Amino acid sequence: MANQTESSNGLKLFLAWSFVGIPLVLGVYNTLLNAMKLFH
Amino acid sequence: MGFFSFLDREHTVAKPGYSRWLVPPAALCVHLCIGQAYALSVFNLPMTKLIGITQSAPGDWKLTELGWIFSLAMLFLGSSAAVFGRWVEEGGPRRAMFTAGCLWAGGFLLSAFGVYIHNLWLIYLGYGVIGGCALGIGYISPVSTLIKWFPDRPGMATGMAIMGFGGGAFIASPLSVWLMSKFNTPTHVGVMETFVIMGAIYFCFMMVGAAIVRVPAPGWKPEGYTPPVTSSKLISKNDVYVYDAVKTPQFWLIWWVLCLNVTAGIGVLGQASAMSQEMFPGVITPVAASGLVGLMSLFNMGGRFAWASVSDFIGRKNTYFCFFVIGFVLYITVPHAGAIGSVALFVFCFCIIISMYGGGFSTVPAYLKDMFGVRYVGAIHGLLLTAWSAAGIFGPVIVNYLREYNITHGVPKAQAYNNTMYIMAGLLVIGFICNFFVKAVHERYHMKANDPRLAGTAKA
Repeated sequence: MANQTESSNGLKLFLAWSFVGIPLVLGVYNTLLNAMKLFH
Repeated sequence: MGFFSFLDREHTVAKPGYSRWLVPPAALCVHLCIGQAYALSVFNLPMTKLIGITQSAPGDWKLTELGWIFSLAMLFLGSSAAVFGRWVEEGGPRRAMFTAGCLWAGGFLLSAFGVYIHNLWLIYLGYGVIGGCALGIGYISPVSTLIKWFPDRPGMATGMAIMGFGGGAFIASPLSVWLMSKFNTPTHVGVMETFVIMGAIYFCFMMVGAAIVRVPAPGWKPEGYTPPVTSSKLISKNDVYVYDAVKTPQFWLIWWVLCLNVTAGIGVLGQASAMSQEMFPGVITPVAASGLVGLMSLFNMGGRFAWASVSDFIGRKNTYFCFFVIGFVLYITVPHAGAIGSVALFVFCFCIIISMYGGGFSTVPAYLKDMFGVRYVGAIHGLLLTAWSAAGIFGPVIVNYLREYNITHGVPKAQAYNNTMYIMAGLLVIGFICNFFVKAVHERYHMKANDPRLAGTAKA
C-alpha cells in the first residue's frame, strides 16, 4: 500500500514538474542564446 | 454554491501521503503565467500599427498611451494584493488561484476585444485593471501555503514560486512573438488572436495549479522535522493579526527595506540597455545591449531562488544586510568601471545587483513570516507589495530625471549616470539603517489563543 502511494506520488511529481519545468527550461535556453550576443 | 465548494479551504486539505513537493509546481503554474507582465512590451510596437500595419497611421495608438497599460497593471497589482490579502488568506489558495486564473484569462479576452474594436480603454480595463487584480491575487496566493508546507525551508519554498514570476517573461516573450508571426498577414497584425490564445493557455495552466494545490492538515509537519527549541529572537512563534501588523514599526521598516532595494534595482533594470551603450559607446552595440538585458533577466530569476534559499541559513535580516552592503559597493564601482572602460566589471556589477533585486522580492515573505508568524503572512505580504508599486514610480523617475538633468547641464553622456549610481548607493545606506532597526515584534501585538478574530479562520 505504501509502495503504491509512493509510486503514484512519483508519477504525479514527474508530471507536475515536467508541466512547469519544460516551458521554463525552453524559455531560459532561449534567453541564454540571446544573452550570448553580449559576448560576440 | 455547491459547484464551487471544491474551491473551499476545507476541500483543499491534503490527505495522508500527499507529497509537499507538488505544491511548488502548483505555485509555479500561477507565477509563470502572471510573470508574462514583464514581457508585455513585446506588444507595444505591433499595437502602434494596428491600423497602418507596416507603420503607424493617423488614429493608431502612441507608445506613451500604451505605456499606461503596464503602469495600471502594476498599480492594481499592489492595491489588489493589499485589499484582497485577507480574503486570499482565509479563503485558501485554490479559491485565490482559480479567481486569479479567471481574471487573468478574462483580462486577455477583454483586451483582445479592445484590439478588435480598436478601443484602448477596454485594454486599460482588461489588462490594466482586471489583469492587474489577477497579478496581485495570483502573486500572493501560494506564498503562505508554501511557508506552511516548508517550515524547515520557507525561503527556498517561496523563492521557487517567486522565481517563476521572474521566469514567466522568458516563456511569454518568444511565445508572443511566434504567435503574432503566425497570425500576421499583409492586412492584419495578429495581436488580437495572440491575446485570445495566450488567455486560453494561461487559463488552463492556472487551473492545473489550482487543482493540485493543497494545504497541510492541522498540526502537520515534515517527517523528521522538529522545530528548533532555541530559535533566534527574530523568528516569532506567535501570530500577529494582519491589521495589527501595520501598526508595528517592523512592518514599516520592512516596507522601506523592500521599497529601497527595489527602487535601486528597478532604476537600472529599465535603463540597462541605454546605460550600457552610452557608458561604452562603440564597445557595447545595441545587439550586445539586448544580450546584457537577457543576461540580467537570468540573474534576476536565479537570484530569486538563490538568495531566498541562502536566507534559510544566514537569516533574513543578514540577507538584506548582504544586499545593502554588496549593493552599495557595486553601485559605487559602476562609474569606476565606466572610467576604466571595463565592460566585464560593468556586466558583473549589474548582474549581481539584479540578482539582489530579485532576491529582495523572494526573501521578504519569509522575513514577514519570521516577524509576524505564519497565519496572516499572505495578507501581510499583500499589504507590503504597495512598496513595490511605490518603487515602480521612484526608480525610473530618479534614473530618467537625473540623466536629463546631467545632460542639460553639460555632463558627457558616458558620465551622465554616475550621479544616479551614487544616489542609488545612498538609498541602500538608508535601507541598511531601516534593516538595522528591525527587532522582534512586541508581544502586545501577538494573537492570544482566545482571540475572537480566530473564529472562522483555519490554522492550516
